[in-house]
Amino acid sequence: MSGSLIFAIAGLSAVGIYMITGRSLSRIVLGFALLGHASVLALLASGGPAGDPPLADRTTATEVANPVPQALALTAIVISFGLTLFLLALARRQQELTGDDLVEDDVEDRRIASQETP
Amino acid sequence: MTTLVPLLVVGPLLAAALALAARSLGRLRDAITLITLFGVALGALILVLSVNRSGPVVVRLGGWHPELGIVLVADLFAALVLLSATATVLAVEVFSIGQRKTVWAASPDLVGPLLLVLTGGVSLAFLTGDLFTLFVAFELILVSSYVLLTHQGRSGQVRSGMSYVVMNLFASTLFLFGLAFVYASTGTVNMALLSERVPELSSGTQLGLGLWFFVVFGTKAAAFPLFSWLPDSYPTAPTTITAVFAGLLTKVGVYSLIRFHTLTRMDELGPIVLIVAGATMLVGVLGALAQNDVKRILSFHIISQIGYMLMGLGLFTVAGVAGAVLFLVHHIPTKTLLFLVGGMIEDEYGTSDLDKAGGLAARRPILGLLFAIPAMSLAGLPPFSGFVAKLSLIRAGIEAQSTLIVIVALVVSALTLLSMVKIWLGVFWGVDPRDEPTELSSPQARMLMTSATGAAIVGTLLVAVLAGPLWDMSLAAAESLLDPSGYATEVLR
Repeated sequence: MSGSLIFAIAGLSAVGIYMITGRSLSRIVLGFALLGHASVLALLASGGPAGDPPLADRTTATEVANPVPQALALTAIVISFGLTLFLLALARRQQELTGDDLVEDDVEDRRIASQETP
Repeated sequence: MTTLVPLLVVGPLLAAALALAARSLGRLRDAITLITLFGVALGALILVLSVNRSGPVVVRLGGWHPELGIVLVADLFAALVLLSATATVLAVEVFSIGQRKTVWAASPDLVGPLLLVLTGGVSLAFLTGDLFTLFVAFELILVSSYVLLTHQGRSGQVRSGMSYVVMNLFASTLFLFGLAFVYASTGTVNMALLSERVPELSSGTQLGLGLWFFVVFGTKAAAFPLFSWLPDSYPTAPTTITAVFAGLLTKVGVYSLIRFHTLTRMDELGPIVLIVAGATMLVGVLGALAQNDVKRILSFHIISQIGYMLMGLGLFTVAGVAGAVLFLVHHIPTKTLLFLVGGMIEDEYGTSDLDKAGGLAARRPILGLLFAIPAMSLAGLPPFSGFVAKLSLIRAGIEAQSTLIVIVALVVSALTLLSMVKIWLGVFWGVDPRDEPTELSSPQARMLMTSATGAAIVGTLLVAVLAGPLWDMSLAAAESLLDPSGYATEVLR
């Protein structure tokens, strides 16, 4: 596993996690996009050293890159793409309803917490 | 049997597509949904009987070796939980058809198809033999749950939906990282191969993987301290949807926890799991006592009950895991049922706030009975199914000499009863605070809802009546879970 990959995964995760701790859903969406990239890179890196493209008849078994993590990464990319769209739709709806896209506190929790104990 | 197992996953997904295509033809859509859900439940029953008689069924999709391809494995644990889950979804679908006539209904042309997608995802999660397919199944379940939760677009739903989606998406991302770690250290994501290769890793790597997946599945299961998304989001959805969520979603998390941690022999994590279990029970039940709304009280109880299942896992003994299996089988219908009754209370009063309800026992005695049975079962009073499940867990705890967790479990049981009494006092006794009760639902709708709930109650009573054979099956399931070499030979053969 190359140093640059480790560096990229760490950087993307750090920025992604920083962004999803915010209140604004559009920032959170971007944060998840970065985290998603980090996890896909991690999956890719887990397959071992780089090699030739895993196409039949083009290369020998010893020089080919491990295709399994690539298949897993592809599935993960598709899923995270769909979920990003869903989050954006949710942010749009929240903006329609309240004028911003902030993730708010649990209303009932606040109410019970502010009650005086009998 | 080898065709039945993939059919349980593909069938509901195909039917969901059909039902969506026929969504403007109400009757046809309902017929497709009901027949498929019934078929899946029946298939699960056949699977339980067959697995119990002649051992686990392993299906290699496309004929690939488990190292490369996807395998579906139906062992006793998977089949039992699958039966309990699919039968519950069927009851909820009948209830939702009844509820359509009321103001609280979810959009009927979406609920049926989405429930089918959810069922397909749940089947896949229970039956899959590799971790990555488990991830895909989780996403299938979560995507349909996101849409079910927010499809009406009301402001409360969107607000709580946001935190629900963000929490679960974060857990899914951690899951992906975990998959990368597993693949990097073992070179496979197949669970049978993992059960052979993980114990060969250095103890630090093992502990890291175990803890990582404990966090991932613990978030999905709403274990302490990762539970706060649950009581916020569940009560805002329409009743039928909350009921399905309550019964199924967190339980898939618990199922995966038990599956992964027993297969990879994470016995060392036992004490940590027990601490989390105790904290989950206590915090859940104390949260429930503070609430003043039927649906929120019940939502906090989901959390506290998750603690019991974790307790069974944390003991890492055959009796403990068997207790957890039995608890899962009992919990899925019981919890769903309580939410359905909560929904009927909401239909009656227009709210589920305890202060705005009262005197229901006199007006609707049947509803009182429908609430009392699962409530007592949840609290663990004999002779209901909850008693059998809790007794087995507590006996396992005493056998394993974990006195502290047994004491916590007993105290939490008493507190559970207390909060059920709180609902009973608030809703069923006392006087109706409204001057002139108005009928919010039609008698026809009530009858369908009552009969669906009644049928589900018969189901939970069956769990109590059949406790003997079920316990034997749970013991057999736990034995094979704690000795994964049998599972591995079965899959890799």
